[in-house]
Amino acid sequence: MENSPDPAPALVEVRGISKSFGAVRALQEVDFTLRAGEIHALLGENGAGKSTLIKAVTGVFPRDTGIVRLGGEEVAPRSAKAALQAGIATVYQEVNLLPNLSVAQNLFLDRQPMRFGIVREGEMRRRANALLADFGLDIDVAAPLGSYSVAVQHVTAIARAVDLSARVLILDEPTASLDRHEVDILFGIMRQLAKRGIGIVFVSHFLDQVYEISDRVTVLRNGRLVGERETASLPRLELIRMMLGRELAETTSARASATEHRAREICASFENYGKAGYVAPFNLELRHGEVVGLAGLLGSGRTETARLVFGAERADRGQAKVEGAPVRLQSPRDGVRHGFGYCPEERKTDGIVAELSVRENIVLALQAKRGLHRPLSRREQDEIARRYVKMLDIRPADAERPVGLLSGGNQQKVLLARWLATSPRLLVLDEPTRGIDVGAHAEIIRLIRELCDDGLALLVISSELDEIVTYSDRVVVLRDRAHVEELAGEAIDVGNILAAIAADGAAIAHEGRA
Amino acid sequence: MKGLPPVLITAIVLVAGFALCAMQFPNIASTRVVGNLLTDNAFLGIVATGMTFVIISGGIDLSVGSVIGFTTVFVALAIERWGVPPLVAFTAILLLSAGFGAAMGAVIHVFDLPPFIVTLAGMFLARGASFLLSTESVPITAPVYSTVSDFALRMPGGGRLTAIAIIMLVIVIGGALLLHLTRFGANVYALGGSRATASLMGVAVGKMTVKIYMLSSLLAGIAGIVFSFYTSAGYSLSAVGVELDTIAAVVIGGTLLTGGQGSVIGTFLGVLIQGLIQTYINFDGTLSSWWTKIATGILLFAFIALQQGLVALARRPVRKSAGATS
Ligand SMILES: Nc1ncnc2c1ncn2[C@@H]1O[C@H](COP(=O)(O)OP(=O)(O)OP(=O)(O)O)[C@@H](O)[C@H]1O
Ligand SMILES: [Mg+2]
Repeated sequence: MENSPDPAPALVEVRGISKSFGAVRALQEVDFTLRAGEIHALLGENGAGKSTLIKAVTGVFPRDTGIVRLGGEEVAPRSAKAALQAGIATVYQEVNLLPNLSVAQNLFLDRQPMRFGIVREGEMRRRANALLADFGLDIDVAAPLGSYSVAVQHVTAIARAVDLSARVLILDEPTASLDRHEVDILFGIMRQLAKRGIGIVFVSHFLDQVYEISDRVTVLRNGRLVGERETASLPRLELIRMMLGRELAETTSARASATEHRAREICASFENYGKAGYVAPFNLELRHGEVVGLAGLLGSGRTETARLVFGAERADRGQAKVEGAPVRLQSPRDGVRHGFGYCPEERKTDGIVAELSVRENIVLALQAKRGLHRPLSRREQDEIARRYVKMLDIRPADAERPVGLLSGGNQQKVLLARWLATSPRLLVLDEPTRGIDVGAHAEIIRLIRELCDDGLALLVISSELDEIVTYSDRVVVLRDRAHVEELAGEAIDVGNILAAIAADGAAIAHEGRA
Repeated sequence: MKGLPPVLITAIVLVAGFALCAMQFPNIASTRVVGNLLTDNAFLGIVATGMTFVIISGGIDLSVGSVIGFTTVFVALAIERWGVPPLVAFTAILLLSAGFGAAMGAVIHVFDLPPFIVTLAGMFLARGASFLLSTESVPITAPVYSTVSDFALRMPGGGRLTAIAIIMLVIVIGGALLLHLTRFGANVYALGGSRATASLMGVAVGKMTVKIYMLSSLLAGIAGIVFSFYTSAGYSLSAVGVELDTIAAVVIGGTLLTGGQGSVIGTFLGVLIQGLIQTYINFDGTLSSWWTKIATGILLFAFIALQQGLVALARRPVRKSAGATS
């Protein structure tokens, strides 16, 4: 990407923004400059204040101090609508769309094509199709958005914002639930928009993506500005140091003992297990102390497999066994009873209870497992909450805070803590590191390995192939809702996984992300 | 379309119920009975149309029955005691009730209060105000009233489609068009999906809330006028509990009580079902009219259970592939 020679005109100037939530000072005197035609990454740890900065600038909540200039003129949008009218379109971190409306209505809400006061439904659908076609999506836009996967919903949200972005486009972790192919499409569109002079703010915890797409980065830490740099001349280690305020401990050592052929006991096995129209029958053995990775494109059947294994979806054929004994997994309760845990990918809808405190969220599954007649005492709850807040470095370290007020990444950690607290024998993790910053990311991977050493069986879904390769003892590759390949030992590497994913000849560009 | 499956079920219940009634009392299947049914339930159809908007947007309006009561008293007094020309009285009460609804909407939005509480207060307020105006029934003798009451379109088979039934049908159709074809309607669904999200997507949530409650109260005002035509009187105790009949009609019509889904047509069918039960009881002659309430209660229960089932089904992800492979 060519960086326009130095004095590119400042499009958005943010000066001295502060924002407190009660005693939490989420932003302190933060400056931020976005130039026309640049892609600017906004980085920082979980809870650093990125989303808060975005919301303060777009008027979602009032700021305590500070000014925002757009094209030299001071603006003070008082609502998301006002920001939109000023030409600033945003995809907020908690994907903001309405599952009960059709895809087309979501894309054109409050700006539908009209004639004589009537929404032109046909025209709207045509335009919606055209818009989504740019993102390689060909779906029925008249169907309710809620009937589609998270990824489709996310793409729809991005498409809406892209279409609305007259001057500025802000994307808060847009790539968290997209796979490589969709990320490539998004990046292509971002580059086109930048070329047209639109300023783009991009939040992500994927540093490779930051280096791939952004011209400049601004780093926040604990609500303060650390600095603004040109991406091209900023070494990665330096960037990480800016974000963490310390060096990142060397954690992602290769799977030291993975090739060691320990005779591991089978924890759970699934024979010819499947459900018509959902996932083709598969065989899967999960052993104590072993991580099995599930790799594949979005929609390839990874989450579906996980739901079958946990009992969230009922299989219509095959046999499941736990510790050698045949069992029936008819409902999530059966899964929990047999000592399974499941961290779903949609944390907002399937997991977190926003109004409850961190402590209450953490003990939820454990309490359910014990049954209502054996309540956990407050002391036990406090103890458990404290342990996991510390173990996963949940910030702020206040177990009584409602989870809804935590930053996105910290919510993810609370969800993980909930299942760890039940001391399961088998834990299914669907995209466990999504939305989690580099520091915590390394922590979670370390944690996964530790849990395994303690004899837990793990089934992990991830779109991050490097990550899967780092911790898996075996990798199952899925394609078109079927298990197509199982890799073990030396055979596990990114190249082989990609080859299996693309075995039908579809060429899939994948830039290595070392 | 949104809410179609529940609406279909409502329609089937109505048709089956009508067929059963007609088997027992063949006379029910006549335009005369149907015409009366529409006339008797005209005011209910009108308020229920407004209530549909409120409930789809995720709210509730408990004040409508009281607004109807207040309207009848106000109109009767204005015409009979204060000598105000009927049209002026109608205009005044419609402005008043619209303003009342707008105020409730504004309070709900600005103070972020539950609609249940605010409209409950509105219910007491409007009922109290009508008692202040007059505690006795005030008969209306103005000539417009007899003219309107006498007006009717003849239907084949001798049935009469009265003026108030026509007003109701026009409002139901207008309401359906407003809800399903306009930007305003789409925003109503958006609010019901999630207020916070709708706001982030740029919907002016405050304005919408004011407008929705304004619409509901305005329609309650119109229903009040229609009610005064129907009874030719104004009485502060009229339409007590109508808010609950209204909510029942809306829910039986397939609108989700938690908001986000529903339709005006469904509500209309819900009103007809209630009317049908009432008609059946009238025909039977031996049943107490309280059986209407019991039958409505049972239906309501069945529909809510059904909706919970449908919602649970819809929650199960029907994952369609992203079409991302190419
Ligand atoms: N509505 C709120 N009420 C109270 N505290 C809040 C609220 N929103 C955010 N915070 C707090 O402000 C801080 C900054 O949060 P923010 O969401 O901006 O982090 P972030 O940088 O976006 O992190 P992540 O990468 O995890 O999304 C956090 O400590 C968070 O708990
Ligand atoms: Mg955030």
